[in-house]
Amino acid sequence: MSVRKLPAPQPNPETQAFWDGLDAGVLRIKTCVDCQQTHYYPRHICPHCGSADTRWLDSAGTGEIYSLSVMRRGEGAPFAVAYVTLDEGPSVLTNLVAENLDSLAIGQRVRLMPQSSDADHAGDGPALPFFTAIGD
Amino acid sequence: MSLRNAACIVGAFEHPTRLAPDMTTPQLHAECAAGALADAGLSLTDVDGYFCATDAPGFGPISMIDYLGLDIRHTDSTEMGGCTYIQHVAHAAQAIAMGKCSVALITLAGRPRSEAVQRFRPGAPESAFEQWVGLTNHTSYGMCAARHMHEFGTTSEQLAWIKVAASHHAQHNPHAMLPKVVTVEDVVTSPMIADPLHRLDCCVTTDGGGALVVVSPEIARTLNRPVISLLGAGEATKGPSGGLGLDLTVSAAAKSGPRAFAEAGVTPSDIKYASIYDSFTITVLMQLEDLGFCAKGEGGKFVADGNLISGTGKLPFNTDGGGLCNNHPMFRGGITKVIEAVRQLRGEAAPAVQVPNCDLAVATGIGGSLGARHGAATIILERQS
Repeated sequence: MSVRKLPAPQPNPETQAFWDGLDAGVLRIKTCVDCQQTHYYPRHICPHCGSADTRWLDSAGTGEIYSLSVMRRGEGAPFAVAYVTLDEGPSVLTNLVAENLDSLAIGQRVRLMPQSSDADHAGDGPALPFFTAIGD
Repeated sequence: MSLRNAACIVGAFEHPTRLAPDMTTPQLHAECAAGALADAGLSLTDVDGYFCATDAPGFGPISMIDYLGLDIRHTDSTEMGGCTYIQHVAHAAQAIAMGKCSVALITLAGRPRSEAVQRFRPGAPESAFEQWVGLTNHTSYGMCAARHMHEFGTTSEQLAWIKVAASHHAQHNPHAMLPKVVTVEDVVTSPMIADPLHRLDCCVTTDGGGALVVVSPEIARTLNRPVISLLGAGEATKGPSGGLGLDLTVSAAAKSGPRAFAEAGVTPSDIKYASIYDSFTITVLMQLEDLGFCAKGEGGKFVADGNLISGTGKLPFNTDGGGLCNNHPMFRGGITKVIEAVRQLRGEAAPAVQVPNCDLAVATGIGGSLGARHGAATIILERQS
């Protein structure tokens, strides 16, 4: 099995707090002061109402699998791509960690399990928001 | 202002190559342009409007207009992924209706089999959150199929019927990359690529291209070709929108389709032939539902038992073999959808798959990534008697 490279994210002024949070083990999403709705991926303006008054919110990091597809071919396969719907509302595009990828299913409860990205191929780069099934 | 009968397609050309290691991409664009103009009975000097997208090399229209030696007064490089060229037909009609041009040339070409092609654009706001995930088209469309199966009970066997129908048509196309007829069993026993999509649920990758010529109705009447009129067009985009209420079972075609049908003043039951963008089998199934050929969730039953096979089923689709079996040039099947619709309306499809009295057709497509953000474009075309 070839090893899959996970390129390190490039933080910018809009997203620095997200990556800092993840390195501390916390998934930060954005919430809108005006319409009170959350969103992901985080951005400066609220995609629901257009307000620029958005704030960071620490997610509990738990949710359920909305859909998933296990990639069977190419570098690093197999790996599981999924949308996880957080308990706070928004869905997150992510990868799932599991001993047995075939055990994963839509509707399953999952929790955040950050994995290191590859900084200079060393595997110690900024954390990425992976999820794993609760109970695994 | 309506686009109904505002413009006509008079030229269509699909490059016969599926592998072009010894050609350049501009050369392919030029051969497609020449083919479509010859089909219309026009020449490069007649063209006063040019349409291309990011498959065009260099500086897009600026590079290609100079390469082709055109003298144009209107250009448009609208980009909406693989469905762009369906959208270009509508945008050309808009320009013609406004008097901005009268002979519009649309070209597509690329060589993804012969050379590496950059498919992802750096700098997108979502990139940092999505690129590491491995959201290839396979996993993106795979997640849509998995959710469709979860919500509606759609099966791999039902999806397989879409490939089976395409292969029945491809056997009559001498240029088809995969001309062999396949069975449902062949599809569901082919290797899994990205669950639940098997290898035969996926389209082909081909070099090649195509071109279209769209003109004013006045010019169309002077040419010795069947007149194919644009009756209606719709476009739309859809994305996760911040992730609330994510629904991977509905595509942007749920908006582009009804907009096109409303402008045309016809309904899906009037359609004699359907070109449906088939990057994957699930792409077809969702568009059939979203355009109203069946209710949401009923797509699996609709496509089963050969209902999409010309001469057998109620809705003949992709009679050239489509992207699944014939051609998907530059990962962009939009233009081939329009080309086969034109062939059907002219009565120039392969005789074994030609729909009798085919006077009304739809061409529809998805561009981008169905499981993330994507666009849809739909046009309704009619043969004038």
